[in-house]
Amino acid sequence: MTIEELEQIAKTARQEREKYDFEVNVCMDLACASQGAGELKDALVKAAEASGKKVCVRRTGCMGPCSHGPLVRVDPEETLYHHVKQADAAAIVGHLGNQPVAPLQCDLHEHFDKQVRVVLENAGYIDPEKIEDYIARDGYKALLTVLMEMTPGGVVHRVTESGLRGRGGGGYPTGLKWSTVAKAKGDLKYVVCNGDEGDPGAFMDRSVMEGDPHRVIEGMAIAAYAVGASKGFIYVRAEYPVAVSRLTTALREARRHGLLGNNISNTPFNFDVEIRLGAGAFVCGEETALIASIEGKRGTPKPRPPYPASSGLWGKPTLINNVETYANIAPIVRNGGKWFFNMGSERSKGTKVFALTGKIANTGLVEVPMGIKLREIIEVIGGGVPEGHKFKAVQTGGPSGGCIPEEMLDIGVSYDALLKMGSIMGSGGMIVMDDTSCMVNVARFFIEFCMTESCGKCIPCRAGTAQMYTLLTRISTGTGTMDDLAMLEELCATVKETSLCGLGQTAPNPVLSTLKYFRNEYLEHILHKRCRAGVCTMEGIGTELANEVTA
Amino acid sequence: MSQVESDVKTLVIDEQEVSAQAGQTILEVALENEIKIPTLCHLEGLSDVGACRLCLVEIKGNSKLLPACVTVVQEGMEVSTNSERLQKHRRTILELLFAERNHICSVCVSNGHCELQTLGQEQGLTHVRLPYRNPELGVDASHERFTVDHNRCILCTRCVRVCAEIEGAHVWDVMGRGINSVVITDLHEEWGKSTCTRCGKCVQVCPTGALFDKSKIGSDHPKYPDFLPYLNLMREAQ
Repeated sequence: MTIEELEQIAKTARQEREKYDFEVNVCMDLACASQGAGELKDALVKAAEASGKKVCVRRTGCMGPCSHGPLVRVDPEETLYHHVKQADAAAIVGHLGNQPVAPLQCDLHEHFDKQVRVVLENAGYIDPEKIEDYIARDGYKALLTVLMEMTPGGVVHRVTESGLRGRGGGGYPTGLKWSTVAKAKGDLKYVVCNGDEGDPGAFMDRSVMEGDPHRVIEGMAIAAYAVGASKGFIYVRAEYPVAVSRLTTALREARRHGLLGNNISNTPFNFDVEIRLGAGAFVCGEETALIASIEGKRGTPKPRPPYPASSGLWGKPTLINNVETYANIAPIVRNGGKWFFNMGSERSKGTKVFALTGKIANTGLVEVPMGIKLREIIEVIGGGVPEGHKFKAVQTGGPSGGCIPEEMLDIGVSYDALLKMGSIMGSGGMIVMDDTSCMVNVARFFIEFCMTESCGKCIPCRAGTAQMYTLLTRISTGTGTMDDLAMLEELCATVKETSLCGLGQTAPNPVLSTLKYFRNEYLEHILHKRCRAGVCTMEGIGTELANEVTA
Repeated sequence: MSQVESDVKTLVIDEQEVSAQAGQTILEVALENEIKIPTLCHLEGLSDVGACRLCLVEIKGNSKLLPACVTVVQEGMEVSTNSERLQKHRRTILELLFAERNHICSVCVSNGHCELQTLGQEQGLTHVRLPYRNPELGVDASHERFTVDHNRCILCTRCVRVCAEIEGAHVWDVMGRGINSVVITDLHEEWGKSTCTRCGKCVQVCPTGALFDKSKIGSDHPKYPDFLPYLNLMREAQ
């Protein structure tokens, strides 16, 4: 495959599109599909055939505002319809070329206007199983340009220049990681894509893998060229069967077009990718555990150093990046490092995809420039907390993150700012909570998650999270004491400072942050046996102990 | 002759200047210089996993605590092995271990010869503040010579490593995860019906009374894991 051939495919795909007057895009991501987007698409195809109009009905990846699903967007007018049912198909096709169907039309201008789409630029515009659709939107152009015109060092330089930081949560500078692996000695190196997204309430990586799988593969191939690797692995959790099937199709298509394999684009560069499935362990998102799992061993972390950059898969230098990190690579190569560097805040560049969930009007995927205020994400893009309730906190970073209260909402989103607030960027889950959420219960939920997902290798995480769960259960059922609270805080410190891997080291964050910002709720549970949100059932009321404490 | 030989490092451990060979761990160097760092999962002769977190040390200029058993020495390192912060964490970790299963020393076959018990005494652990979990775990006495009492197990995985690395049988492994982890023989067969070679190395390296010799019940039951370094040395010499 040469650049000319690539352009020919793009041209043919565009010509194919020009045959139609209208494009009806149906979001077929899980949220929409579960509400009948599949039948809807069939109905639209039938209606289009019956109407005699030149209409192309296309399935696409996630369009973003999942709570409005099933979504249909009609191009070229860009009319967005929400909550579309099978029965509405005829009306939508019938109105093509005339006024839109008013009752279905959805006005989400504020939601979309504040967003900047880099990673999600193709989401909602391409059929994820058609490589031609991706190529028509400049797909694989970056890879072939890199192979024809750039040295590996030049690619590393461009990524370094962009200021991109790892999107998996830690925020390690991507360019630095790449240059470390590039410098590591060894004739065999590996590139690994971490698609083991496991945070409760996070689905960014799934949407990217399902909606735009070629973007991930292209990013990996560019990374492999830059660091001198010839073999790649995508580690996807088995709970994402659609992502696995889309990636499998994408890999097959890429191989068929000579974009993977030996002597890609007639250069000496060889690269191919294998998919490995995770068996449902959250800890396998930690890079050393992920490596063990790919090697076929029990997925438990190892102390670092040695880092995977020097000794990773089967002891070879290995580059591990998150799905979203790889998804940023092709646009960076195409538009230059400076372009990316100019987006975002001082030390966090570019954009970030967040999965908005919880008590918020527009749940779904959003992509915003770094540095945007949390308040804007929640109130403008997310549409705020539904009527009748009051915002209480937003939980970022999953079980490793923390809860951020209302008074901190005017701080811009960046790796450093979130860390300062006692939370982390994490992979990008954002759970909004209102006055019906009890913060003690939230902390207990996340500790329970960490307890069941701990691998059990090191003691602080294995037994510490279990003890913390016991103490939090006591507090939330009204049988806790002030001694329990003191013990809880002491355990938080030990688990945080002494655990072996990131899972244990960050497991106390939900407890620490709720203790920092919502200590009153803990005290109310302990001293007054009261849960202001009405979530916790107080067993302690009426017992001797309770009377003694409240007296 | 002006160049310093790069395979020798000098560093400071607990304000004591020491020298080390490149590639040695902090723990090895500390032991050579009679500086005691508490350990539990570490055993000379086996690979290190850094799991028990008792050998964590402070290194000047690094806010993270690092396990001495796997951290390699570097020139000019300043290591502190017994600060107040470390002592506090060590006691909490020991408390977590004592509360995790069932460690009632007075009725244990290893009473007086248990590494966990000794560590508790050395670290000044007088009582456990955490609630005892007392899980219902079994005892597998199906083996003709040995018994495993999961209630005493601290999941240090010494048995797993000695069986895989030294005996080469890999009968032991860990099943389940988190607080539900448990060591198993083969694919969770009874020990007596497993592919065990009956060498008894796992029993000798077990730091507590989890693995014990049936013939020694009721008597003084010390264990002798010191054969490992010698065995390794002789194997290498061959």
